[in-house]
Amino acid sequence: MEILQSDVLQIRQPEDIVLVRTAVRKIAIASKLGLVDQTKLVTAASEIARNTLDYGLGGEVRVDMVRDARTGVRLTFTDEGPGIPDLERAMTDGWTSGKGMGLGLSGTRRLMDEFQIASKVGEGTTVTIAKWSR
Amino acid sequence: MSTVTLSHLLRSQESSLLEAWLAEQRRSGNVRNLIADSDLKRQSAEFIQLLQQTVAEGDSTDYSSSTISREMRRFLDSITGDRAQLGFSPSETATFIFSFKRPLFEAIRTSTNDVTAQIDEVWNSSLLLDRLGLYVTESHQKAREGIILRQQQEMLELSTPVVKLWDGVLALPIIGTLDSSRTQTIMESLLERIVETGSEIAIIDITGVPTVDTLTAQHLLKTVTAARLMGAECIISGIRPQIAQTIVHLGVELGDVVTKASLADAFKIALQRTGFALAKRSSITAVK
Repeated sequence: MEILQSDVLQIRQPEDIVLVRTAVRKIAIASKLGLVDQTKLVTAASEIARNTLDYGLGGEVRVDMVRDARTGVRLTFTDEGPGIPDLERAMTDGWTSGKGMGLGLSGTRRLMDEFQIASKVGEGTTVTIAKWSR
Repeated sequence: MSTVTLSHLLRSQESSLLEAWLAEQRRSGNVRNLIADSDLKRQSAEFIQLLQQTVAEGDSTDYSSSTISREMRRFLDSITGDRAQLGFSPSETATFIFSFKRPLFEAIRTSTNDVTAQIDEVWNSSLLLDRLGLYVTESHQKAREGIILRQQQEMLELSTPVVKLWDGVLALPIIGTLDSSRTQTIMESLLERIVETGSEIAIIDITGVPTVDTLTAQHLLKTVTAARLMGAECIISGIRPQIAQTIVHLGVELGDVVTKASLADAFKIALQRTGFALAKRSSITAVK
Protein backbone atom coordinates (compact mmCIF):
# COMPACT_ATOMS: atom_id res chain seq x y z
CA MET A 1 0.00 0.00 0.00
CA GLU A 2 1.29 3.37 -1.06
CA ILE A 3 0.84 6.49 1.06
CA LEU A 4 0.19 9.49 -1.17
CA GLN A 5 -0.24 12.14 1.48
CA SER A 6 0.02 12.19 5.24
CA ASP A 7 -0.73 14.56 8.06
CA VAL A 8 -0.81 14.35 11.86
CA LEU A 9 -3.33 16.32 13.93
CA GLN A 10 -3.39 16.74 17.70
CA ILE A 11 -6.59 16.06 19.65
CA ARG A 12 -6.32 17.98 22.90
CA GLN A 13 -9.53 20.00 23.23
CA PRO A 14 -13.09 19.91 21.86
CA GLU A 15 -12.25 22.49 19.16
CA ASP A 16 -9.67 20.07 17.75
CA ILE A 17 -12.47 17.66 16.79
CA VAL A 18 -13.86 20.30 14.44
CA LEU A 19 -10.39 20.65 12.87
CA VAL A 20 -10.14 16.86 12.47
CA ARG A 21 -13.51 16.79 10.71
CA THR A 22 -12.48 19.61 8.38
CA ALA A 23 -9.15 17.95 7.52
CA VAL A 24 -10.79 14.55 6.95
CA ARG A 25 -13.48 16.04 4.73
CA LYS A 26 -10.81 17.79 2.65
CA ILE A 27 -8.77 14.63 2.14
CA ALA A 28 -11.94 12.59 1.43
CA ILE A 29 -12.83 14.98 -1.38
CA ALA A 30 -9.27 14.83 -2.71
CA SER A 31 -9.44 11.01 -2.67
CA LYS A 32 -12.57 11.14 -4.86
CA LEU A 33 -14.88 9.58 -2.28
CA GLY A 34 -18.58 9.96 -3.05
CA LEU A 35 -20.78 12.26 -1.00
CA VAL A 36 -22.25 9.46 1.12
CA ASP A 37 -18.82 7.94 1.80
CA GLN A 38 -17.39 11.37 2.65
CA THR A 39 -20.16 11.90 5.18
CA LYS A 40 -19.67 8.42 6.64
CA LEU A 41 -15.92 8.93 6.97
CA VAL A 42 -16.24 12.39 8.54
CA THR A 43 -18.86 11.12 10.99
CA ALA A 44 -16.69 8.13 11.93
CA ALA A 45 -13.68 10.44 12.39
CA SER A 46 -15.78 12.65 14.64
CA GLU A 47 -16.83 9.65 16.76
CA ILE A 48 -13.35 8.24 17.25
CA ALA A 49 -11.77 11.67 17.77
CA ARG A 50 -14.25 12.33 20.54
CA ASN A 51 -13.47 8.95 22.11
CA THR A 52 -9.76 9.78 21.92
CA LEU A 53 -10.43 13.02 23.75
CA ASP A 54 -13.06 11.92 26.29
CA TYR A 55 -11.89 8.40 27.13
CA GLY A 56 -8.27 8.39 25.93
CA LEU A 57 -7.60 11.79 27.56
CA GLY A 58 -6.29 13.23 24.31
CA GLY A 59 -4.00 11.94 21.61
CA GLU A 60 -3.44 12.35 17.92
CA VAL A 61 -4.70 11.20 14.55
CA ARG A 62 -2.70 10.36 11.46
CA VAL A 63 -4.60 11.16 8.28
CA ASP A 64 -3.31 9.23 5.24
CA MET A 65 -4.42 9.28 1.66
CA VAL A 66 -3.55 5.75 0.49
CA ARG A 67 -3.56 3.82 -2.77
CA ASP A 68 -3.83 0.11 -3.12
CA ALA A 69 -6.05 -1.10 -5.96
CA ARG A 70 -8.18 2.02 -5.32
CA THR A 71 -7.53 5.26 -3.50
CA GLY A 72 -8.84 5.73 -0.03
CA VAL A 73 -8.40 7.44 3.30
CA ARG A 74 -6.93 5.75 6.34
CA LEU A 75 -7.11 7.30 9.80
CA THR A 76 -5.06 6.13 12.76
CA PHE A 77 -6.11 7.44 16.17
CA THR A 78 -3.66 6.94 19.03
CA ASP A 79 -3.94 7.82 22.68
CA GLU A 80 -2.02 6.93 25.81
CA GLY A 81 -5.05 6.86 28.05
CA PRO A 82 -6.30 4.19 30.46
CA GLY A 83 -7.13 1.71 27.67
CA ILE A 84 -10.23 -0.47 27.27
CA PRO A 85 -10.40 -3.50 29.61
CA ASP A 86 -13.14 -5.38 27.72
CA LEU A 87 -12.99 -4.73 23.97
CA GLU A 88 -15.85 -7.06 23.16
CA ARG A 89 -18.20 -5.23 25.50
CA ALA A 90 -16.98 -1.84 24.23
CA MET A 91 -17.93 -2.93 20.71
CA THR A 92 -21.49 -3.79 21.77
CA ASP A 93 -24.32 -1.53 20.62
CA GLY A 94 -25.63 0.60 23.44
CA TRP A 95 -22.89 -0.08 25.97
CA THR A 96 -21.01 2.94 27.25
CA SER A 97 -18.67 3.62 30.15
CA GLY A 98 -19.55 7.31 29.91
CA LYS A 99 -22.66 9.28 29.14
CA GLY A 100 -22.89 8.76 25.37
CA MET A 101 -25.27 6.61 23.37
CA GLY A 102 -22.85 3.68 23.25
CA LEU A 103 -22.88 3.59 19.46
CA GLY A 104 -19.59 5.32 18.66
CA LEU A 105 -17.33 2.26 18.20
CA SER A 106 -19.92 -0.21 16.89
CA GLY A 107 -21.49 2.42 14.63
CA THR A 108 -18.11 3.42 13.26
CA ARG A 109 -17.35 -0.20 12.38
CA ARG A 110 -20.57 -0.32 10.34
CA LEU A 111 -19.71 2.96 8.59
CA MET A 112 -16.19 1.95 7.54
CA ASP A 113 -14.68 -0.50 5.05
CA GLU A 114 -11.90 -1.35 7.48
CA PHE A 115 -11.85 -1.15 11.23
CA GLN A 116 -9.15 -2.26 13.69
CA ILE A 117 -8.87 -1.58 17.37
CA ALA A 118 -6.06 -2.45 19.76
CA SER A 119 -5.99 -1.53 23.39
CA LYS A 120 -3.89 -2.29 26.46
CA VAL A 121 -5.03 -1.32 29.93
CA GLY A 122 -2.78 1.43 31.28
CA GLU A 123 -1.02 1.96 27.95
CA GLY A 124 -3.60 3.32 25.55
CA THR A 125 -5.71 2.61 22.52
CA THR A 126 -5.15 2.68 18.77
CA VAL A 127 -8.03 2.70 16.31
CA THR A 128 -7.40 2.40 12.56
CA ILE A 129 -10.23 2.97 10.11
CA ALA A 130 -10.28 3.20 6.33
CA LYS A 131 -12.72 4.02 3.54
CA TRP A 132 -12.05 3.22 -0.12
CA SER A 133 -13.33 5.01 -3.16
CA ARG A 134 -15.70 2.94 -5.34
CA MET B 1 27.97 58.76 30.82
CA SER B 2 26.53 56.63 28.10
CA THR B 3 22.84 57.49 28.57
CA VAL B 4 23.56 61.14 28.13
CA THR B 5 24.86 60.45 24.67
CA LEU B 6 21.91 58.23 23.72
CA SER B 7 19.26 60.71 24.81
CA HIS B 8 21.35 63.50 23.31
CA LEU B 9 21.62 61.54 20.08
CA LEU B 10 17.87 60.95 19.93
CA ARG B 11 17.21 64.65 20.41
CA SER B 12 19.89 66.18 18.24
CA GLN B 13 19.45 63.79 15.31
CA GLU B 14 15.72 63.31 15.60
CA SER B 15 14.85 64.32 12.04
CA SER B 16 17.67 62.45 10.34
CA LEU B 17 16.94 59.33 12.43
CA LEU B 18 13.29 59.53 11.43
CA GLU B 19 14.16 59.84 7.75
CA ALA B 20 16.58 56.91 7.87
CA TRP B 21 14.08 54.78 9.81
CA LEU B 22 11.21 55.47 7.43
CA ALA B 23 13.48 54.58 4.51
CA GLU B 24 14.41 51.36 6.33
CA GLN B 25 10.77 50.44 6.94
CA ARG B 26 9.81 51.07 3.34
CA ARG B 27 12.79 49.08 2.12
CA SER B 28 12.10 46.02 4.29
CA GLY B 29 8.50 46.16 3.05
CA ASN B 30 7.07 45.30 6.47
CA VAL B 31 4.30 47.88 6.16
CA ARG B 32 2.74 45.89 3.29
CA ASN B 33 1.12 49.07 1.92
CA LEU B 34 -1.63 48.63 4.49
CA ILE B 35 -0.64 51.65 6.54
CA ALA B 36 -0.80 55.09 4.98
CA ASP B 37 2.56 56.81 4.65
CA SER B 38 1.38 59.77 6.72
CA ASP B 39 0.25 57.44 9.54
CA LEU B 40 3.54 55.58 9.49
CA LYS B 41 5.44 58.86 9.67
CA ARG B 42 3.33 60.09 12.58
CA GLN B 43 3.71 56.78 14.45
CA SER B 44 7.46 56.68 13.88
CA ALA B 45 7.92 60.31 15.01
CA GLU B 46 5.85 59.66 18.13
CA PHE B 47 7.88 56.55 18.92
CA ILE B 48 11.16 58.47 18.75
CA GLN B 49 9.71 61.15 21.03
CA LEU B 50 8.56 58.55 23.57
CA LEU B 51 11.91 56.77 23.30
CA GLN B 52 13.64 60.03 24.23
CA GLN B 53 11.46 60.25 27.33
CA THR B 54 12.10 56.63 28.23
CA VAL B 55 15.85 57.08 27.91
CA ALA B 56 15.82 60.36 29.85
CA GLU B 57 13.70 58.99 32.69
CA GLY B 58 15.21 55.49 32.77
CA ASP B 59 18.00 54.15 34.88
CA SER B 60 21.30 55.60 33.72
CA THR B 61 23.04 52.34 32.93
CA ASP B 62 20.54 49.50 32.83
CA TYR B 63 17.48 49.79 30.61
CA SER B 64 16.49 46.20 31.13
CA SER B 65 15.30 46.92 34.66
CA SER B 66 13.58 50.17 33.76
CA THR B 67 9.86 49.81 33.34
CA ILE B 68 8.23 50.96 30.13
CA SER B 69 6.44 54.25 30.75
CA ARG B 70 2.66 54.37 30.69
CA GLU B 71 2.63 56.67 27.64
CA MET B 72 4.89 54.26 25.78
CA ARG B 73 2.65 51.30 26.69
CA ARG B 74 -0.46 53.13 25.56
CA PHE B 75 1.22 54.08 22.30
CA LEU B 76 2.46 50.53 21.63
CA ASP B 77 -0.92 49.01 22.54
CA SER B 78 -2.67 51.31 20.12
CA ILE B 79 -0.35 50.63 17.17
CA THR B 80 -0.38 46.86 17.76
CA GLY B 81 -4.18 46.89 18.10
CA ASP B 82 -4.46 48.63 14.73
CA ARG B 83 -2.02 46.24 13.12
CA ALA B 84 -3.70 43.14 14.57
CA GLN B 85 -6.98 44.36 13.05
CA LEU B 86 -5.24 44.80 9.70
CA GLY B 87 -4.03 41.19 9.87
CA PHE B 88 -0.35 41.76 10.64
CA SER B 89 1.58 38.84 12.11
CA PRO B 90 3.31 39.37 15.49
CA SER B 91 6.75 39.44 13.85
CA GLU B 92 5.59 41.98 11.28
CA THR B 93 4.37 44.18 14.10
CA ALA B 94 7.56 43.75 16.12
CA THR B 95 9.63 44.58 13.04
CA PHE B 96 8.31 48.13 13.42
CA ILE B 97 10.45 48.40 16.56
CA PHE B 98 13.39 46.26 15.45
CA SER B 99 13.79 48.12 12.17
CA PHE B 100 14.82 51.17 14.21
CA LYS B 101 18.04 49.40 15.20
CA ARG B 102 19.92 49.93 11.96
CA PRO B 103 19.47 53.72 11.76
CA LEU B 104 20.09 54.09 15.48
CA PHE B 105 23.28 51.97 15.47
CA GLU B 106 24.45 53.88 12.43
CA ALA B 107 23.94 57.17 14.30
CA ILE B 108 25.81 55.80 17.33
CA ARG B 109 28.71 54.70 15.10
CA THR B 110 29.13 58.14 13.55
CA SER B 111 28.65 60.01 16.85
CA THR B 112 31.91 58.91 18.51
CA ASN B 113 35.26 57.36 17.67
CA ASP B 114 35.53 55.63 21.02
CA VAL B 115 34.90 51.94 20.25
CA THR B 116 34.12 51.02 23.87
CA ALA B 117 31.55 53.81 24.09
CA GLN B 118 30.06 52.66 20.79
CA ILE B 119 29.69 49.10 22.02
CA ASP B 120 28.16 50.28 25.30
CA GLU B 121 25.64 52.42 23.49
CA VAL B 122 24.75 49.72 21.02
CA TRP B 123 24.29 47.20 23.85
CA ASN B 124 22.12 49.56 25.89
CA SER B 125 19.91 50.67 23.04
CA SER B 126 19.63 47.08 21.80
CA LEU B 127 18.40 45.96 25.23
CA LEU B 128 15.85 48.71 25.27
CA LEU B 129 14.53 48.04 21.77
CA ASP B 130 14.40 44.28 22.40
CA ARG B 131 12.27 44.86 25.46
CA LEU B 132 9.93 47.13 23.54
CA GLY B 133 9.78 44.60 20.69
CA LEU B 134 8.87 41.80 23.10
CA TYR B 135 6.23 43.99 24.69
CA VAL B 136 4.76 44.62 21.23
CA THR B 137 4.65 40.87 20.51
CA GLU B 138 2.80 40.19 23.76
CA SER B 139 0.44 43.07 23.19
CA HIS B 140 -0.21 41.86 19.64
CA GLN B 141 -1.07 38.39 20.91
CA LYS B 142 -3.50 39.85 23.44
CA ALA B 143 -5.15 41.93 20.73
CA ARG B 144 -5.57 38.84 18.51
CA GLU B 145 -6.98 36.78 21.38
CA GLY B 146 -9.45 39.57 22.06
CA ILE B 147 -10.59 39.51 18.44
CA ILE B 148 -11.00 35.72 18.45
CA LEU B 149 -12.94 35.72 21.71
CA ARG B 150 -15.28 38.42 20.43
CA GLN B 151 -15.87 36.55 17.17
CA GLN B 152 -16.61 33.31 19.03
CA GLN B 153 -19.21 35.02 21.16
CA GLU B 154 -20.71 36.80 18.19
CA MET B 155 -21.05 33.47 16.39
CA LEU B 156 -22.65 31.85 19.41
CA GLU B 157 -25.20 34.64 19.58
CA LEU B 158 -25.82 34.84 15.86
CA SER B 159 -26.26 31.20 15.14
CA THR B 160 -29.18 30.36 17.40
CA PRO B 161 -32.20 32.38 16.35
CA VAL B 162 -35.63 30.98 17.15
CA VAL B 163 -38.11 32.31 14.61
CA LYS B 164 -41.89 32.29 14.69
CA LEU B 165 -43.31 30.84 11.45
CA TRP B 166 -46.99 30.90 12.35
CA ASP B 167 -49.20 31.17 15.39
CA GLY B 168 -48.04 28.30 17.56
CA VAL B 169 -45.24 27.24 15.23
CA LEU B 170 -41.57 27.98 15.94
CA ALA B 171 -38.56 27.19 13.78
CA LEU B 172 -34.98 26.74 14.89
CA PRO B 173 -32.53 26.67 11.99
CA ILE B 174 -29.24 25.26 13.27
CA ILE B 175 -26.06 26.08 11.40
CA GLY B 176 -22.65 24.57 12.15
CA THR B 177 -21.60 22.14 14.86
CA LEU B 178 -23.70 21.06 17.81
CA ASP B 179 -21.08 20.87 20.53
CA SER B 180 -22.03 20.99 24.18
CA SER B 181 -21.89 24.72 24.85
CA ARG B 182 -23.92 25.55 21.76
CA THR B 183 -26.53 22.90 22.47
CA GLN B 184 -27.03 24.50 25.85
CA THR B 185 -27.61 27.95 24.30
CA ILE B 186 -29.89 26.50 21.63
CA MET B 187 -31.96 24.49 24.08
CA GLU B 188 -32.37 27.46 26.40
CA SER B 189 -33.49 29.88 23.71
CA LEU B 190 -35.90 27.33 22.24
CA LEU B 191 -37.52 26.52 25.59
CA GLU B 192 -37.79 30.20 26.46
CA ARG B 193 -39.53 30.98 23.20
CA ILE B 194 -41.90 28.03 23.61
CA VAL B 195 -43.03 29.44 26.95
CA GLU B 196 -43.17 33.01 25.62
CA THR B 197 -45.27 32.21 22.57
CA GLY B 198 -47.17 29.22 23.90
CA SER B 199 -46.22 27.33 20.76
CA GLU B 200 -47.33 23.74 20.22
CA ILE B 201 -44.87 22.86 17.49
CA ALA B 202 -41.17 23.54 17.08
CA ILE B 203 -39.33 22.69 13.86
CA ILE B 204 -35.63 22.03 14.29
CA ASP B 205 -33.96 22.42 10.90
CA ILE B 206 -30.53 20.81 10.56
CA THR B 207 -29.87 21.62 6.89
CA GLY B 208 -26.85 23.66 8.03
CA VAL B 209 -25.34 20.94 10.23
CA PRO B 210 -22.58 19.26 8.19
CA THR B 211 -22.02 16.24 10.46
CA VAL B 212 -24.50 14.39 12.62
CA ASP B 213 -22.61 11.99 14.87
CA THR B 214 -23.90 10.19 17.95
CA LEU B 215 -23.22 13.18 20.22
CA THR B 216 -25.13 15.53 17.91
CA ALA B 217 -27.99 13.02 17.71
CA GLN B 218 -28.03 12.71 21.47
CA HIS B 219 -28.17 16.49 21.85
CA LEU B 220 -31.01 16.70 19.35
CA LEU B 221 -32.99 14.01 21.15
CA LYS B 222 -32.45 15.74 24.51
CA THR B 223 -33.72 19.02 23.05
CA VAL B 224 -36.78 17.24 21.66
CA THR B 225 -37.47 15.60 25.02
CA ALA B 226 -37.13 18.89 26.89
CA ALA B 227 -39.47 20.65 24.45
CA ARG B 228 -41.98 17.82 24.86
CA LEU B 229 -41.91 18.32 28.62
CA MET B 230 -42.83 21.95 27.97
CA GLY B 231 -45.80 20.78 25.95
CA ALA B 232 -44.42 21.28 22.44
CA GLU B 233 -43.92 18.65 19.74
CA CYS B 234 -40.72 18.83 17.71
CA ILE B 235 -40.22 18.07 14.04
CA ILE B 236 -36.68 17.60 12.77
CA SER B 237 -36.26 18.74 9.19
CA GLY B 238 -33.43 19.16 6.71
CA ILE B 239 -31.98 15.66 6.99
CA ARG B 240 -30.03 15.20 3.76
CA PRO B 241 -29.82 11.73 2.12
CA GLN B 242 -26.16 11.16 3.01
CA ILE B 243 -26.83 12.08 6.63
CA ALA B 244 -29.86 9.78 6.75
CA GLN B 245 -27.72 6.86 5.53
CA THR B 246 -25.00 7.67 8.04
CA ILE B 247 -27.46 7.85 10.95
CA VAL B 248 -28.90 4.46 9.98
CA HIS B 249 -25.43 2.83 9.87
CA LEU B 250 -24.46 4.39 13.16
CA GLY B 251 -27.50 2.69 14.64
CA VAL B 252 -29.06 5.83 16.08
CA GLU B 253 -32.79 5.44 16.73
CA LEU B 254 -34.72 8.67 16.45
CA GLY B 255 -37.67 6.92 18.09
CA ASP B 256 -41.04 8.56 17.59
CA VAL B 257 -39.60 11.93 16.57
CA VAL B 258 -41.24 13.20 13.39
CA THR B 259 -38.66 13.90 10.69
CA LYS B 260 -39.04 15.58 7.31
CA ALA B 261 -36.66 16.10 4.42
CA SER B 262 -37.28 19.83 4.08
CA LEU B 263 -38.41 22.73 6.21
CA ALA B 264 -41.34 23.26 3.81
CA ASP B 265 -42.64 19.72 4.43
CA ALA B 266 -42.25 20.16 8.16
CA PHE B 267 -44.15 23.46 8.00
CA LYS B 268 -47.01 21.78 6.10
CA ILE B 269 -47.31 19.12 8.83
CA ALA B 270 -47.16 21.81 11.50
CA LEU B 271 -50.00 23.76 9.88
CA GLN B 272 -52.14 20.63 9.62
CA ARG B 273 -51.59 19.82 13.27
CA THR B 274 -52.47 23.32 14.41
CA GLY B 275 -55.66 23.18 12.37
CA PHE B 276 -54.74 25.37 9.46
CA ALA B 277 -54.84 24.56 5.76
CA LEU B 278 -53.15 26.34 2.91
CA ALA B 279 -55.16 26.71 -0.27
CA LYS B 280 -54.79 28.64 -3.52
CA ARG B 281 -57.04 31.66 -3.72
CA SER B 282 -58.50 30.55 -7.07
CA SER B 283 -59.69 27.22 -5.66
CA ILE B 284 -61.48 29.01 -2.78
CA THR B 285 -63.43 31.28 -5.13
CA ALA B 286 -64.29 28.26 -7.27
CA VAL B 287 -65.98 26.61 -4.28
CA LYS B 288 -68.06 29.70 -3.70
